[in-house]
Amino acid sequence: MTIAGFFFYLFSIVLLGSGMMVITARNPVHSVLFLILAFFNAAGLFILLGAEFLAMILVIVYVGAVAVLFLFVVMTLDIDFSELRAGASRYLAVGLGIGLILLAELVLVVGSFAVAPGAIQPIPAEQVTNTAAIGRVLYTKYVYFFELSGAVLLVAMIGTIVLTLRHRVGAKRQDVAEQVGRRREDAMEVVKVQTGKGIS
Amino acid sequence: MPNTISPIEAATGIALQQFLTVAAILFTLGAFGIFLNRKNVIIILMSIELMLLAVNINLVSFSAYLNDITGQIYALIVLTVAAAEAAIGLAIIVIYFRNRGSIAVDDINSMRG
Repeated sequence: MTIAGFFFYLFSIVLLGSGMMVITARNPVHSVLFLILAFFNAAGLFILLGAEFLAMILVIVYVGAVAVLFLFVVMTLDIDFSELRAGASRYLAVGLGIGLILLAELVLVVGSFAVAPGAIQPIPAEQVTNTAAIGRVLYTKYVYFFELSGAVLLVAMIGTIVLTLRHRVGAKRQDVAEQVGRRREDAMEVVKVQTGKGIS
Repeated sequence: MPNTISPIEAATGIALQQFLTVAAILFTLGAFGIFLNRKNVIIILMSIELMLLAVNINLVSFSAYLNDITGQIYALIVLTVAAAEAAIGLAIIVIYFRNRGSIAVDDINSMRG
């Protein structure tokens, strides 16, 4: 077995094992941590495939942002997860059946798959790095996709803010207009205190 | 005679079908996870992430074996959409938990008119 083959099996087995743990772990925090492990191993597979840029993006975006977001939400919400798990075995048989059928179909498709002659593009004479190759087409040929994904992210950002923003009554907030409009007469008064009386 | 052996396969000895099989198993795991954790929305979201990851592995492996960078561009777009979907899904979970005090999927049908 070549070194690449060894790493392929290593990454694949850890990826599938951690994927299995994501859906079976009792504690959702463990699920998120196994999800992170799965993403790291998928990034390893991407590097084996020569897609270094996507591998790094996967680590940065998924591990750095999405998984941490999951972890944050799981730890913020105070949920009794054992209660959520009760009664799951009712669906186990159905899920297992559908999963096995899906897997059998996919394996049949993959097993009978062959690359069409002529589908493999010739290697260009000029060798560029993976990142440069992506950059060359991403900003020219696929620029609309690129801008559209930017719009998707903008919509997601605005949607998330609108969904989670709430105005609580009684919360102390800064009111700039009130601060600026404050006059000396409203804020302080001079009181002549008589000796021995105090201020009432 | 057009070449039928990809340069990356000649270099590493790993066939395209091996990557596709890994992606297929991962996709099935994601689909199975939705059944296994039917009540827990957070794990369902994680299962969807696993399925999208399997799709990305497929796209990138085809891209690498066919010497065509387009697959990686698509994988990049899928990554973007997955991140947006996770953010919105988690925001919905947070406000649902704030209103109801639980995230059980079975209770969500109260939104039905």
